[in-house]
Amino acid sequence: MTLELTRLNRRFSDYPALNDVSLSIAPGEFLALLGPSGSGKTTLLRILAGLDYPESGQVNFNGKDYLAAAPRERNVGLVFQHYALFRHLTVAENVAFGLRVRSRRARPKRQEIEARVEQLLKRVQLDGFGKRFPSQLSGGQRQRVALARALAVEPDLLLLDEPFGALDAQVRVTLRRWLRRLHEELGLTTVFVTHDQEEALELADRIAVMNRGRIEQVGTPREIYQQPATPFVCEFIGKANRLTLRREGARFLAGGWIFADEPWAGEHTRAMAYVRPEHLTLSTTPVPGAWRARLRHVYLAGSVAHLDLDVAALDHPLEADIASEDLARMGLQAGAQLYVSPSHAVIFPLDHDGKPVAEDRWLWRAGVVSPPVRLPIKRSEVELGAHRVDGGIQR
Amino acid sequence: MSRPPSRSFGWPRLLGRGLLTLAAVAFLIVFLLLPLTAVFVEAFRQGAGAFFDAISQDEARSAIWLTVLVAAIAVPVNLVFGIAAAWVMARFEFRGKSLLGAFIDLPFSVSPVISGLVYVLLFGAQGWFGPWLEAHGVSIIFAVPGLVLATMFITLPFVARELIPLMQAQGNEEEEAARVLGANGWQMFFRVTLPNIRWALLYGVLLCNARAMGEFGAVSVVSGHIRGLTTTIPLEVEMRYNEYDYVGAFAVASLLALLALVTLAIKTALEWRYGDEIASHAPGGR
Repeated sequence: MTLELTRLNRRFSDYPALNDVSLSIAPGEFLALLGPSGSGKTTLLRILAGLDYPESGQVNFNGKDYLAAAPRERNVGLVFQHYALFRHLTVAENVAFGLRVRSRRARPKRQEIEARVEQLLKRVQLDGFGKRFPSQLSGGQRQRVALARALAVEPDLLLLDEPFGALDAQVRVTLRRWLRRLHEELGLTTVFVTHDQEEALELADRIAVMNRGRIEQVGTPREIYQQPATPFVCEFIGKANRLTLRREGARFLAGGWIFADEPWAGEHTRAMAYVRPEHLTLSTTPVPGAWRARLRHVYLAGSVAHLDLDVAALDHPLEADIASEDLARMGLQAGAQLYVSPSHAVIFPLDHDGKPVAEDRWLWRAGVVSPPVRLPIKRSEVELGAHRVDGGIQR
Repeated sequence: MSRPPSRSFGWPRLLGRGLLTLAAVAFLIVFLLLPLTAVFVEAFRQGAGAFFDAISQDEARSAIWLTVLVAAIAVPVNLVFGIAAAWVMARFEFRGKSLLGAFIDLPFSVSPVISGLVYVLLFGAQGWFGPWLEAHGVSIIFAVPGLVLATMFITLPFVARELIPLMQAQGNEEEEAARVLGANGWQMFFRVTLPNIRWALLYGVLLCNARAMGEFGAVSVVSGHIRGLTTTIPLEVEMRYNEYDYVGAFAVASLLALLALVTLAIKTALEWRYGDEIASHAPGGR
């Protein structure tokens, strides 16, 4: 039951929404398409649903050519961001819609439909709501009706377009945990579009990070977070401090800190490093090689504290995260003198034009000699150097 | 504990309010209620017998029949056209879309007399297609087809203008949902699209019908005023009035006034009950 997307291209009048996108989705997998608006994730989902078509490329599901099939022949369930419930129909009628529009031959008997609706409403915890109209429900309830409606046709593939986007924060968290449990019960192949990285990291088995119509990286949430493949992924997922490195012999330097034993055998002369805020080690006593920093501001965010650090040796201020407990223990206040050093970094060499070379990514760890790294990604799949966040047009 | 601020009306403010209300009511009475009453008073001036005689003469009957016939053709045609046009305008992006919108509004901006004259120019005996039509024994001008055409033209915007803003606001997500759930085109239209626009559609049809039955200018030009053959109710009213048959004129006119009142009542009921499903502005904004 593998869903195979091969070299999809889709252009809208002024920009490419999908640029040579290939992706393979395993049966029963919960895959998130994550990216900023305009990255092409919704276009990809609409193509799977049959509401849009690519200019070139293939979509195969179980060996069936999906693109040759009309939406109604694909047997997919689609849940829209704004629910798209039929406003003139009751909740029960909404859920039954997909069954009632079937040809007489394929349509279940009335009692069967009623029983299935009943069962689905129970499943989405809305039993007893069947006679209400969508306008009489809260956002979270509406979205669950939309889900029940999509599940009623017993789809082979469930597609969710920013399903929690229109809900408030608390409902969102509850509903996505619930959705994850539901997915584990049903084992339905699910593709789910979001621009919320937290949602993707928490829910998905795998994440495809999209940017400007391309897939930047596909991997488990852990891979995406810990081993970002491109500068874009570094910047889009979580937070990252960017450092400019220059070569000095066999080592790279950033403001006096040494990244030793470069894996490129002398090939590149410049590089940039991404260091996550939690990968900065702070000390109140001098540490050899560490940057001297002044604590400018502390943002206390519950269990974690975000620290703004001015570092004279670097061109940018740094952001560090430490546990609030440690903050209290170290007795840190604005103006304090600190010594800062990175423990992990993702380093990309720069080519002659100053563009990062994603294939030659170096996963650096303090005190560990890295083997030469070559990533198994094709150059064409990565938008080289185009790692800025695209604030472009919706879709 | 905060109380809602009490609204205090000073003397001048109350006075101003009272005067404005009075002015509005007076205006309505003089310009609307009084004429409407006059129509019925004049119609019944010589008693109910004369009234019923007046509206049951052959000419009156054929005028009523013709008016109903014209509306019965023009309204369904514009119903279909209106839905199609609104669908195209609300669901698709294409070159010349704003031009299409302007064309839909054209009948509102052109004087009805001109609309009628255009048809005479096209299909009249001296018109572009007149000789050809005459040679094939088809008469449009000074005949029923001309009346239908002119009425269709005049009432073309009513349904479309009512539906376009509503369909644009509703978007097509529900239709897409229906398609993905397995509905075919007809099922999507009859089970999702149509129910969502039904009240606005009824509203548009109602206004369209009122105008189709009450249209005077364009119809007058193409009619030729052949008594009993090409006179609709408004034309019959005019002819009787010109013949100093006041009771007759007002009796027939009272039928139109009644139609207006019924239309108004249904329209108000629709607005009151389904206001949010009906586009807020009256079509054409004239």
